[in-house]
Amino acid sequence: MTYRIIAGGTLWAFADLKQLMAKATPLRSGDVLAGVAASSAEESVAARMCLADVPLRQFLTEALIPYEADDVTRLIMDSHDATAFRPVAHMTVGQFRDWLLTPAASSAVLSALARGLTPEMVAAVSKLMRNQDLILVARKCRVVTRFRNTIGLAGTMAVRLQPNHPYDDKRGIAASIVDGLLYGCGDAVIGINPASDNIAVLSDLNHMLDEIVHRYDIPTQTCILTHVTSSIGMIEQGVPVDLVFQSVAGTQKTNQSFGVTLDMLREGRDAALSLKRGTVGDNVMYFETGQGSALSAGGHHGVDQQTCEARAYAVCRAFDPLIVNTVVGFIGPEYLADGKQIVRAGLEDHFCGKLLGVPMGCDICYTNHAEADQDDMDVLLTLLGAAGVTFVIGVPGADDIMLNYQSTSFHDQLYIREVLGLGRAPEFEAWLQRMGLTDAAGQLTHHGLDHPLLTILEAS
Amino acid sequence: MAKDLAMTDAARVSRETNTVLTALTDARVGLGRVGASMPTAEVLKFAYAHARARDAVHADFDADALGEALAAIGLESVSARSAAPDRMTYLRRPDLGRRLADADRARLDALQAEGVDIGIVVADGLSATAVHVNAVPFLAALLPMLRNAGFTVGPVAFVQNARVAVGDEIGALLRARLVLVLIGERPGLSSADSLGVYLTHGPVPGRSDAERNCISNIREGGLVPPLAARKAMWLVSESLRRQLSGVALKEEEATLIGTAAEG
Repeated sequence: MTYRIIAGGTLWAFADLKQLMAKATPLRSGDVLAGVAASSAEESVAARMCLADVPLRQFLTEALIPYEADDVTRLIMDSHDATAFRPVAHMTVGQFRDWLLTPAASSAVLSALARGLTPEMVAAVSKLMRNQDLILVARKCRVVTRFRNTIGLAGTMAVRLQPNHPYDDKRGIAASIVDGLLYGCGDAVIGINPASDNIAVLSDLNHMLDEIVHRYDIPTQTCILTHVTSSIGMIEQGVPVDLVFQSVAGTQKTNQSFGVTLDMLREGRDAALSLKRGTVGDNVMYFETGQGSALSAGGHHGVDQQTCEARAYAVCRAFDPLIVNTVVGFIGPEYLADGKQIVRAGLEDHFCGKLLGVPMGCDICYTNHAEADQDDMDVLLTLLGAAGVTFVIGVPGADDIMLNYQSTSFHDQLYIREVLGLGRAPEFEAWLQRMGLTDAAGQLTHHGLDHPLLTILEAS
Repeated sequence: MAKDLAMTDAARVSRETNTVLTALTDARVGLGRVGASMPTAEVLKFAYAHARARDAVHADFDADALGEALAAIGLESVSARSAAPDRMTYLRRPDLGRRLADADRARLDALQAEGVDIGIVVADGLSATAVHVNAVPFLAALLPMLRNAGFTVGPVAFVQNARVAVGDEIGALLRARLVLVLIGERPGLSSADSLGVYLTHGPVPGRSDAERNCISNIREGGLVPPLAARKAMWLVSESLRRQLSGVALKEEEATLIGTAAEG
């Protein structure tokens, strides 16, 4: 179906919903690369005007990627909750934006609505929103998840402690873990990106993390971020796996390029659940996503990268994850060229994830071939903190020496806590106080070589 | 000293902890803090490292010097370019970096009609510096192992402004049973010279990343080239024996990784 609008005395026409969505997207290099971006600034705004008049219902009948060709489309369509959708069923995309910004769209109302929304609806409305709209609405969304602690409560922000090491040296990893814990990081997860994909090495790392968490009674969870099949393999061998990780994307073909299917994810979740390792809840999955992956894998079907990304959250949502994060600037300048595009994408991803009911965090990051630096990361961290981001990453000095990119540091999370008064997961916060690492106000205290956590170094 | 007097006991013991941590990893642990923030010296060190990495991204690929070094260990080489005409285009157009310039395609096709077991591609990727430093030591260690095992090796193809997938096209042109792509990885702050090696069995344009095996972070201070070569040799042998690569070929040689620190 063709979409038309007259703007500025010109008749603009868009061949279908997919093209309309792509051309309505704020400019980014990945859509230009894919050849789906608007050809002028004027066309982009005309597309937004046209998109504002599209009924939300249209997304239930006009699939951007054919139902028959893609299992993510099937997942989205088959799991759509028509009852939950009813309160907004009569709205256009533009009306939906206006409504979201009113008090009527309260935290409770948005929670009840989540399963009635499809990723395409959420992506569409985000395209009509300014950055401040993305922040205002996202901060109303409350998504709370649990494993050994409670993540996502109002006024809190968790941190993934990311102690990567270039060749998985356990003492090196332990040093980063100790440093991070001393900075009060690690409530989202202590999660290692291993350099190796060797099962014996991964198992060894899992045992190491399990030992640390249990020896010091830390109310948090651990994860080795390896392929889901490796995690399943470890669980079958009796290795203590807390969270099962997988990178996922919004199309079947892209997931295929990751070597993953929805059935594998189901199997991974079942395997993790069978261990019953959570103490306060059973959200056992950890997913990472990022704009541009579908195009990179040749699996985008002509759909713009932001919409593809939102579809990935439908995949995540189906498996009740503990945490999900977009790795927003990791993929490089061919998809998000500079600080401006990375900031915008980070806010969009967080907004779309939250509105869909996903516990959305963000790896606020960039690579050295992008036109970005620490100042851009400060901007995005501040904006996401204001938007109520579920968690961010904590890497020593913001420099990941294994993955070769810059994320946020242990210091950065302290900065945003200080500016916005954000607390930690309550169980973890209480543990920090018990360990004498923070005072009653949550402020870090000084500590010496005799602090018990330093013994982690000897054990590793 | 006034400086010592200004330092509280608490700050001093924290500094002792930091010294213990920094001895164990190259990660930026134990930086200390001023309030919530990084001390001035650390902020500036970080900025300097970022500047150096930025410069590595834009360094020129010196294929001539590499060609001479490889000739010395008995490897022929041939230079080619990707379809990306310049560095800035390369950075934003991965599609162009994944395929050969038209002129070079025909030239490579004529080189090796017989076919080989192993095709080798050396690409600048995102750090020509990494290739300049680590490609020759890696190949010098790998080549004797490949020859001892009786594998035939094609001429090394240097490709400027290239990405991993360019190896699919080159591997197919060389009629190689598998292709190894040595490529400069994204420079990090503490390593602007990290080399990656990607193995793809049955190279042909259109292979997906799940069909490759990767050995990353090859450099002094990371996975040292001789050890990386041993890992590559294992992967090559298993890949050719089982006739596959990628997720299906999990690396199982644990002992090699366990000795990474010694290598």
